[in-house]
Amino acid sequence: METKNIMIVGVGGQGSLLASKLLGRLLLNAGYDVKVSEVHGMSQRGGSVVTYVRYGDKVASPVIDTGEADYIVSFELLEAARWLSYLKPDGKIITNTQQIDPMPVITGAAAYPDNLVSAMKAAGADIDAFDALTLAKAAGSSKAVNIVLMGRLSKYFALPEDAWDKAIAESVPQKFLELNKKAFALGKSAE
Amino acid sequence: MKVLMLGNEAVARGLFEAGASVVSSYPGTPSTEMTEFVSQYDEIYSEWAPNEKVAMEVAFGASFGGKRSFCAMKHVGLNVAADPLFTISYTGVNAGMVIGVADDPGMHSSQNEQDSRHYARAAKLPMLEPSNSDECLEMTKAAFELSERFDTPVLLRLCTRVSHSQSVVETGPRTEKPAVPYQKNGAKYIMMPGNAKRRHPVVEQRLLSLAAFAETSDLNRVEKGGRKLGIITSGTAYQYVKEVFGDTVSILKLGLVWPLPTKLICDFAASVDRLFVVEELDSFIEAHCRALGLTVSGKDIFPVVGEFSQNLIREKLGIPATPGRTLDADIPMRPPVMCAGCPHRGLFYALVRNKAAVIGDIGCYTLGAMPPLAAMDSTICMGASISGLHGFNKALGEAGEKRAVAVIGDSTFMHSGVTGLIDIAYNGSNSTVIILDNSITGMTGHQQNPTTGFNIKGDPAGKIDLEALCRAVGIRRVRVVDPYDLQQCIDAVKEELEAPEPSVIISRRPCALLKSVKPKPPLKVDPDKCKSCQSCMNIGCPAISFNAGKATVDATLCVGCGVCTQLCAFGAFETTEEATK
Ligand code: SF4
Ligand code: SF4
Repeated sequence: METKNIMIVGVGGQGSLLASKLLGRLLLNAGYDVKVSEVHGMSQRGGSVVTYVRYGDKVASPVIDTGEADYIVSFELLEAARWLSYLKPDGKIITNTQQIDPMPVITGAAAYPDNLVSAMKAAGADIDAFDALTLAKAAGSSKAVNIVLMGRLSKYFALPEDAWDKAIAESVPQKFLELNKKAFALGKSAE
Repeated sequence: MKVLMLGNEAVARGLFEAGASVVSSYPGTPSTEMTEFVSQYDEIYSEWAPNEKVAMEVAFGASFGGKRSFCAMKHVGLNVAADPLFTISYTGVNAGMVIGVADDPGMHSSQNEQDSRHYARAAKLPMLEPSNSDECLEMTKAAFELSERFDTPVLLRLCTRVSHSQSVVETGPRTEKPAVPYQKNGAKYIMMPGNAKRRHPVVEQRLLSLAAFAETSDLNRVEKGGRKLGIITSGTAYQYVKEVFGDTVSILKLGLVWPLPTKLICDFAASVDRLFVVEELDSFIEAHCRALGLTVSGKDIFPVVGEFSQNLIREKLGIPATPGRTLDADIPMRPPVMCAGCPHRGLFYALVRNKAAVIGDIGCYTLGAMPPLAAMDSTICMGASISGLHGFNKALGEAGEKRAVAVIGDSTFMHSGVTGLIDIAYNGSNSTVIILDNSITGMTGHQQNPTTGFNIKGDPAGKIDLEALCRAVGIRRVRVVDPYDLQQCIDAVKEELEAPEPSVIISRRPCALLKSVKPKPPLKVDPDKCKSCQSCMNIGCPAISFNAGKATVDATLCVGCGVCTQLCAFGAFETTEEATK
């Protein structure tokens, strides 16, 4: 199988590392060669963060390059737009519509662009935008945005439900398992 | 069993399987997790050392004593440890000793883009370079074999994309290594000139033996793919080359990047029509090829700056890449910021209010350089703030002493700040040093350090008393402030700048992200009371923004530290408990 690419983008502190860990397990369990690449350090402090998940028969490079992402899963709207150039011509963006102002916007040095969803559509992107934060809160914790987004992603590639269940169970602490299962289900079924 | 592991985690696994016994390191992105994962193995003694020089000397001592040892550091940390490095090259080892060094091409989290391979050549030591997690595990074990076989410390070089990428590894059992008997051998281990002179030829001979070994070692391999194009590469650059070309070109993949195999390279060059060297950062392999008289392309095409990727290789070699979509919108940058409730913020605000010149250091607080605080004038390396301030004040005299401060974290102060403070006390400049004691090593993700009272495993440990330490080196004016109390900080900075003798201000509050720090309920802005003066915006708390002409607080970010309330002349910030009453 040709290598497939999933990018997870967001803001430091939003929990994207757990999502990439979960995906890594899921895909390894499914029998693929997998590479997951992340940048920690400075970028954990409220900066833009990006994780690459690549899988297939044999994966070489740890990074996804422009025009190569089959899926971009974004935890924040502006970040989806920032990484748009990485999307494959027939790739798909799954994004939380939550907006987090970056410091230049907070200080007034820059503006948060309006209508990013329609701008991305106008640029030809296939985009599934929804309010993952509200669903996460409905599941019981605003921290569960990452699992809500994983639920949404699960709609788009054919892996059995129990494979996801197993990967979630292996990735989240036992006492939050029910909450995360609910978050996953909400992400998957919501309109 | 097949598992996904970070490159750093795989190094730790390799240490476990190789029977390593002692690991000492100082944290530094992207090297930190090597040691963090080691600390989970009870079979290996591990520790955080105050700095990389100490860590390397501890590892040397353990090897000297007869047990396999390891130390990890980032590229700039190797500079700190360079002093012992060049001499343990002369002494060699008793039991195997490996030094992990992680470079950071692209400077994701570093102050320069140093290529550590030069150290291998300069210190005349072998260096291995894995290209994925599986090789991290295997080469860690191979490094110990080489170390013992050739009586040498061995450098294991990683870079961000190897350290921080997970790929599949197959784990194996641990091989226990009984201690190599320790025998007194001054001629080998006491490097005074008479002995050192006799060791240098040994080092040169060892390098020749290693170079001969490099010719046939399976650490280096040729992957045949026709004669049209041949590429010599190593590390992550190898993975990018593989991504672009698969098996369609011939590749000489170097796992031993120093010393380099002369004959292997020449034979490979002769087997292809065109020869390229693809390597990140400096022209290390390429320079070697040129010295051999080979016709080769490399840095004439590829950059010496920044990270590579598959598209960079495509672009430089004229292979079409898929262009990305572009958006017709200005996307604002999202630089890292000090966290909401970060204790450093209040102190920086006090410095700005005092119009202080700030000689800064390496840590979270370097982010105080960003607007709106912009409270930083220089950042060089670990510890440079204090000694830099002393020099600044010796040059400017009172003009400096009344204006400039050094700002340094607790971990960095332990690393190499205290020696600068000793210089101030001893050589007398009326310098004001501020230690930002957030009770943890924050930037690298919360490692314990000698001021926290806990060791790498979180067990109680010796705890340095910062106040007593500063007094002990000869500073009489030592005071502690709470950075959440702005007025107290502003006054303290003012007084210490005026004071006629050197002083230390310890700004003490644990990092807001520590699990032991329980956030208070978020604050809320009463829009009627907010007069839109924007004073609260001057501290740059990411939880505060301006919407529709009024300040608002993001309740998911705010930790209720209360710093903003002290800036608002109109009492617009309210605790939510009050607000809900
Ligand atoms: S991690 Fe801690 S010390 Fe660093 S910026 Fe955040 S709150 Fe401050
Ligand atoms: S209390 Fe004020 S300064 Fe502190 S985190 Fe909340 S909004 Fe930021």
